[in-house]
Amino acid sequence: MLEILGYGDRHSVRPGDRLQVKVSCEAGAPRFHAEVVRMICGDDLPNGAGYKDQPVASPANGDYPARRQPLDAGSAVLVAPSPLLDQIGSFTLTALVWPTLPGTSPQTLLARWSEPARAGFRLGLDATGALALDIGDGKGGFAAIKTSRPLRERAWYRVTATFDAATGEARLSQRPLGHLARDNSASEVEAILRVRPHAPADAPFVMAAHQTGRRGAKTLLGGHFNGKIEAPRLAARVLREEEIEALQLGIPASLAAEILGAWDFAKETPTTRVVDLSANRLDGETVNLPTRAMKGAAWTGEAMRWTDKPEHYGAIHFHEDDLYDAGWETDFEVPITPEMRSGVYAVKLTCGERYEQLAFVTFFVLPPKGKATAPVAFLAANATYMAYANSHHGWDDVLAEICYGALLEFGPTERTVNARRDLGVSTYDVHTDGSGSCYSSRLRPILNTRPRHSLWNFGADLHIVDWLEGIHQPYDVITDEMLHQEGLSLLENYRCVVTGTHPEYHSLAQMRAVEAYLGKGGRLIYTGGNGFYWRIAWHPTLPGVIEMRRAENGTRTWIAEPGEYHLSFTGELSGLWRNNGIPPQQLVGIGFGSEGFDESSWYRRRPGSFDPRAAFIFEGIGKDEKIGDFGVIGGGAAGLELDIVDPKLGTPPHALVLASSELHSNVYVLTPEELISTYPGIDGIEDPKVRADMVFFETPKGGAVFSTGSIAWAGSLSHNGFKNNVARITGNVLKRFIDPKPF
Amino acid sequence: MYEIDPERLDLAREFREKPFGRHSGELQRVINRMRAGSNEGRLVLVTLERHKRWGLARMGAGLRAPLTPVPGHEFTSYEEAEWTVFTLRWQEITGRELVLD
Repeated sequence: MLEILGYGDRHSVRPGDRLQVKVSCEAGAPRFHAEVVRMICGDDLPNGAGYKDQPVASPANGDYPARRQPLDAGSAVLVAPSPLLDQIGSFTLTALVWPTLPGTSPQTLLARWSEPARAGFRLGLDATGALALDIGDGKGGFAAIKTSRPLRERAWYRVTATFDAATGEARLSQRPLGHLARDNSASEVEAILRVRPHAPADAPFVMAAHQTGRRGAKTLLGGHFNGKIEAPRLAARVLREEEIEALQLGIPASLAAEILGAWDFAKETPTTRVVDLSANRLDGETVNLPTRAMKGAAWTGEAMRWTDKPEHYGAIHFHEDDLYDAGWETDFEVPITPEMRSGVYAVKLTCGERYEQLAFVTFFVLPPKGKATAPVAFLAANATYMAYANSHHGWDDVLAEICYGALLEFGPTERTVNARRDLGVSTYDVHTDGSGSCYSSRLRPILNTRPRHSLWNFGADLHIVDWLEGIHQPYDVITDEMLHQEGLSLLENYRCVVTGTHPEYHSLAQMRAVEAYLGKGGRLIYTGGNGFYWRIAWHPTLPGVIEMRRAENGTRTWIAEPGEYHLSFTGELSGLWRNNGIPPQQLVGIGFGSEGFDESSWYRRRPGSFDPRAAFIFEGIGKDEKIGDFGVIGGGAAGLELDIVDPKLGTPPHALVLASSELHSNVYVLTPEELISTYPGIDGIEDPKVRADMVFFETPKGGAVFSTGSIAWAGSLSHNGFKNNVARITGNVLKRFIDPKPF
Repeated sequence: MYEIDPERLDLAREFREKPFGRHSGELQRVINRMRAGSNEGRLVLVTLERHKRWGLARMGAGLRAPLTPVPGHEFTSYEEAEWTVFTLRWQEITGRELVLD
C-alpha cells in the first residue's frame, strides 16, 4: 500500500501562479520531503528508456511535518439548517427510490439526524434492505420501526414515513411502482412511539446520507445510500395517501402551507443546486457530484435526452464512492517562476526510501497566456489522464487478462486504489453498486498520473517529452483543459502541435479548436492511437471535473443505460465522436480499429510513402526497412491500440497511407463499432483491418497532419539513443512541420 | 466450451517457448479457456519488488476483495510466472499434472 498521497489544486499553471500542494502521510511518518522536478522520462523499466528528471530550485523544496488528511467519499444532498426544520413535530417524509445495493448495510434516504446525538429522524433501509425509520430526541430516547420485506434491487418504490407528534403514531410504507404481477415486496407497518424527534439546531436535512459529525465547517456524512432518489417531500403534518400522490409533480395550492420542502431534481441539472419548489426555498447542494440527468420513475422512452423532457429525468443517482473534491488542506505552495520554462513538472514527495513512500504531484507549466516560447507545443492529454484517474481496471473487469494476453499484475498502486475506494473511481470503473462512473475529478490524489508507474497515458507520453529533450527541440507544454477553456488561441501561435500517445477524450471545444487550427494552416503530429474517440464535457463552472457517458457502442468497460446517453453538464450526446458524426478520421485521417496488449509489431512502407509529397518523411529510411521492430512497449512501435484509415469515415481522399503494421497476434481484435454483426475471424491473425496505418495529408492554408496510429509508437523513440527509424521519421516530420513554408 | 486435451503436450511446449504474442490457433484456444471467466479465484501476480520479483495470489469475489497469497511461488521474470500459472491452470482444468521433459 502507498504510504504517501498528494495532489495539487491544478494541473495547468503559468508563470506567476502558485500551485497548492496537499499531502497526506498514511502510515504515520512524522515528516515528508518535497522536491520540485522537471520531468523528462518516467520510464523506470530495467530495459526501458530510463527515468530522468531535473531538480528545480524552488522555495517549496524541503521537509514538512506530516499528517494524515481525511477523505470523505460518498455523495448526498445537503439542505442547510433552518429554523423551519426546528419546528417539525408531526411530519410526512416521502420519495421515490430505486435502490441498487439493498440488503448490504444500513443506508439513509432522507434524514434530519445527528448521529453523535442520536437525535432527529432518519428514513432509510436497514441491513436487510427493508424500509426503516429511526427517531431520537437527543436525550437518550430512541425508537425505530421497519417494514417486514426488503426492497428489490433496481425497482422503483414510493416510500413514505409519517409521524403524528400528538399521538406518537408512526407509519411506514413501501409500495412498488412497477407492473410485476407477482411482486410481493410491498410492505406497511404502524406503531405508537413514545419518543419525539428533536434534532440539534445545526443539523442539516440530508438526502442519501445522514450527518455523523463536523470537521470545522464541514458536515461529515455517513450511511450513504446507493441508488436513485426522486421527488423527496417533507410536510409538517401527516398527509393522506391521495395528498402524497398529488405531491408527485408539484405542490397543490391546498397543501402549500404545509409543505416544508419539495425538491425537484430535474431543475438546474448541470449545477450543484437542488431546487426546492416550496415557498420556503430550502434549496440544497449536492456533495461529491452524484450523477444527475438520470431517468426517474416517470420515464417512458418518449424522450431520450433529459433536456427534451426534464420531468422524466427527475432522479439523482447517489453512490457511496463518489468523490469530487477531497478538500485537503494545503501543505505548501509551489510558486511558478519565470525560470520554470514550460514543461511537465512534478513535486516528488517522499516519506522514506521505499517505492511505497514515494508520490508525485504532477503538473504542467504552460507559457504565459497568449505567448508561445517555442515553435512546437506538446499537448498533454489531461482529459484522458482524468478519465483513467485511479482506474480499477484489472480488479473489476473479467476480460482484463484475456485482453492483455498476460497475467494481471497488482503493485502498490493497484492494491491501494482497490483497498481505498474513498480515493474515488475512474470513468472506466463501475461504482460499488455496478453502475457506470460518469464523472472524474483531478481534485483528489490520483495515483496513476505519475512517473515511475505504467507506460500508459501520462507515463507513455513522457517518452515524447524525453525525445523532444533528447533531440534538443525547444517546446512548450499545453493541456486539454486549457485547450477547452482557451480554444484556438492556445494553438495558433505554434507552427506544430504534437499530441501524446493516447489523446482519447475531447470536448466539443477541444475538437473545434484542433479543427480550426488545422483550417488555419496548423500542423499536427498525432503520435498515438485511439485518439479523438470519446466525447466528454468539462463542467461549466466547477473546476477540474469531466463527464462522459459510455453510450451506444465502442470499446467500453460499462454501458450507459438507454436514455442516459446525454451529458448532465451540457445536454450534449456523449459516447463516441464517431457516433456524433465527427469520426477521428475527419480530423487526423485515422481512427480506432483494434486493440491488444500482449506484443507490439512493426510497420512496412506502403506505396504512399514513395509519393514525392512524402519524400521528406522517409529521408534516410530504406525502402524495405521494417519500421519500429524495437521498443520498450511490447517490443515494437505498433501496439496496444491501433488506428486505421477509412474514407467512409472521413479519411481525406488525398491522404497518403505511408505505412501499415503487420502480423499482430490473436489478442488483437477489432473494436465493436467496426462490427455490424458478430462473426469469427476478427483478430490479428485473420482480419486485415487489425493494423495501424500511418498517414500524411495536407490541410488548407499550408498546414498538414501526420498520424502514426499506435499507442506504442513513442515507446520506440529512444531506442539506440534516439538513432532509429521511428525517431528519424518523427524527427523528419517535426523538422518540416516547423518550417513555415506552406505545404 | 473448449476442453483442453491433456495429451497435447505440444501446445504446452509451444507456450513455454513463447508465452506472449502470436500463437497457433489451438494453443490460443487453450489460453483463452484459461484466461476467461470470473475473476473470483483468478491467479494474479503481486509485485514484491518493482520490476524484479513477483509473487502469486488469487483474487477474491467482488470489488474491494483482498488478494489471497499463494505461497511457494516467487518469480524473477514474467515468462517464468506465465509458465508456472499455465501449469497450475492445466492441472486445475484437466485434472492432470503437466510434466514436460
